[in-house]
Amino acid sequence: MSSKDGKQQTGIKRLENAFALCKAEGRRAVSPFITAGDPDCDTTVAILKSISAAGATCCELGVPYSDPIADGAVIQSSYTRALNAGMNLEKMFGIVSSFREVCEMPLLAMASYSLIFRTGIEEFVRRGEASGLAGFVVPDLPLEESDDLDRQCRKSGLALVRLVTPTTPPERAREIARRSTGFLYCVSVAGVTGERTALPDGLIDRIKWLRKESDVPILVGFGISSAGQAREVAAVADGVIVGSAVVRCLEEARDNESIPNAAGSFVQELVKACEAC
Amino acid sequence: MPRVHAEVVDHKLSAVPDSLGRFGRFGGRYVPETLSAALNQLECAYDEAIVDPAFVSELEGLFGAFVGRPTPLLFAKRLTEKAGGAQIYFKREDLSHTGAHKINNTLGQALLAIRMGKKRIIAETGAGQHGVATATACARFGLECIVYMGAEDVRRQSPNVRTMKLMGAEVRPVESGSRTLRDAINEAMRDWMATVETTHYIIGSVVGPHPFPRIVRDFQSVIGRETIDCCESLFGRLPDTVVACVGGGSNAAGMFYPFVDYPDVRLVGVEAGGRSSDEGDHAAPLTYGTPGILHGSLSYVLQDLDGQTADVHSVSAGLDYPGVGPEHSYWRDSGRVDYTSVTDAAALDAFDMVAQQEGVLPALETSHALAWAVEAASEMSPEEILVVCMSGRGDKDAAEIARLRGQE
Repeated sequence: MSSKDGKQQTGIKRLENAFALCKAEGRRAVSPFITAGDPDCDTTVAILKSISAAGATCCELGVPYSDPIADGAVIQSSYTRALNAGMNLEKMFGIVSSFREVCEMPLLAMASYSLIFRTGIEEFVRRGEASGLAGFVVPDLPLEESDDLDRQCRKSGLALVRLVTPTTPPERAREIARRSTGFLYCVSVAGVTGERTALPDGLIDRIKWLRKESDVPILVGFGISSAGQAREVAAVADGVIVGSAVVRCLEEARDNESIPNAAGSFVQELVKACEAC
Repeated sequence: MPRVHAEVVDHKLSAVPDSLGRFGRFGGRYVPETLSAALNQLECAYDEAIVDPAFVSELEGLFGAFVGRPTPLLFAKRLTEKAGGAQIYFKREDLSHTGAHKINNTLGQALLAIRMGKKRIIAETGAGQHGVATATACARFGLECIVYMGAEDVRRQSPNVRTMKLMGAEVRPVESGSRTLRDAINEAMRDWMATVETTHYIIGSVVGPHPFPRIVRDFQSVIGRETIDCCESLFGRLPDTVVACVGGGSNAAGMFYPFVDYPDVRLVGVEAGGRSSDEGDHAAPLTYGTPGILHGSLSYVLQDLDGQTADVHSVSAGLDYPGVGPEHSYWRDSGRVDYTSVTDAAALDAFDMVAQQEGVLPALETSHALAWAVEAASEMSPEEILVVCMSGRGDKDAAEIARLRGQE
């Protein structure tokens, strides 16, 4: 019955448990990002199982959107492929419930507010909760516009992960950190998602400062593409988010059958890099 | 018609946006956090600039000697006779330097960029008029200029691409998505995300996150103010009907805004009706769309039930856009402005008619407003005055029209 009990826990609680387990085992969290429905729904579920088995703490499921202004070329192309293959919200929630039936790893939907608003905030959160999502990351919803979604998420116990960026002034960063639930997403660079060869100057100090200001775990993302970079960041943060590098790794896999293994191996490398930090 | 004094109107429609950038329920700021600081900075810079006499007089000076303002109001004599009803007048924005109203906004925003210490400018463009106007302003002030333009638009508006390059701008064709204006905006936003500390994004219409819809409207409002002044001196009264085409809606917003508190003046916005009313065949969100979020603000938009942006079509590159400025949505829902649409075919007919009856080559965008105006004028009385915002000149469209008619 333990799985059933697990299902009754709120999304926020499940994330807390996942981070607590990391901490207890002396490692940092790894949260990969993959696109829902690229190349298809069944493969997406298989990828999720594989990265869960590889030791990922949680996973962001990118909800394909036609006009993703925060995303670079890799994720944008992945969204386009998924949409062209017929991906939609119903199928995305379907992926979440299929995975939730067999796995505990918390899933967060990375969704444009355009999609949430169109469905209706209450309905979108309700469907998220019913499918077994742990929360949302909404990259185009700043603090000022977020009250309605925030209220609904709190009511349902789902996390609303907020983002701070290098251009966020300190006062505002404090407020964002205070209102973030699940974890705080620290964006490493000013720019869109995508791999970068070096970590930006000042990132480590910024994370250290945020660490003092935030009660929730801090995960760092945007531009982290290798195990080496993950290790550097994990030394000061609570975990790393790796998106474009994972998506590109899947893009390079030979065929649909080999994609889940490719994802698993890459995530395993990242998990190893974040051990014993 | 007596001129209503604005102060006596109880609920002033012009008293928008609020501090969060809301026009009624529309507008706002839905952008990645990376852009929040730059938008706040822009808002502050703008608030300071508009009360700075030096800024105001520099812009007014440029409007006069550089743009050629005020633009005249032309009586369209033969077109009026042909329509056989209301007197039709053209507000000649097409006579502005660079051939369209777009220059009013780019000069204002370029001055703002300089005030903010930003020396690199990016812009998106559809028909290329905004790109040309941005390249022109940048050349004037010695700013670096990069223009994103959908690859499809690069093809169909090639004269403007050449002009931009001659002015020293770099034109970056955008190959993603539908390869039109919407994709150009996406790419410009992505550029801005990475360069926001040194770059200003001169958005070309009354769209995007707060404070852009307000800033662009304000800089374009010179069109409506001049129209009011000119009508008062020529006729001693305001016009009965004012019409403008609406893509993102900047010429219409600039024309309508000074009129919205005068309820006796009928305002009509004309969208691109394209080939048919089927989804994907038109670009008329105020006619067929629903409220949604696109490119940073809440407004009417053409999207599917999930919220994915729909494909759109218009013969005119400048109207080929699935969204519209939030203030138009506000005016639509409040009933202050009537919005309608005109098909590709009707716009092309109006293009010919105005070229041959008046010796004025209108932009294909403007031709949508003209098509509606001629039709409407025929049902009005000869005492009535109808003003069309002649938003731009049509030289850029001549080759594309010839191609469409197989006359290449």
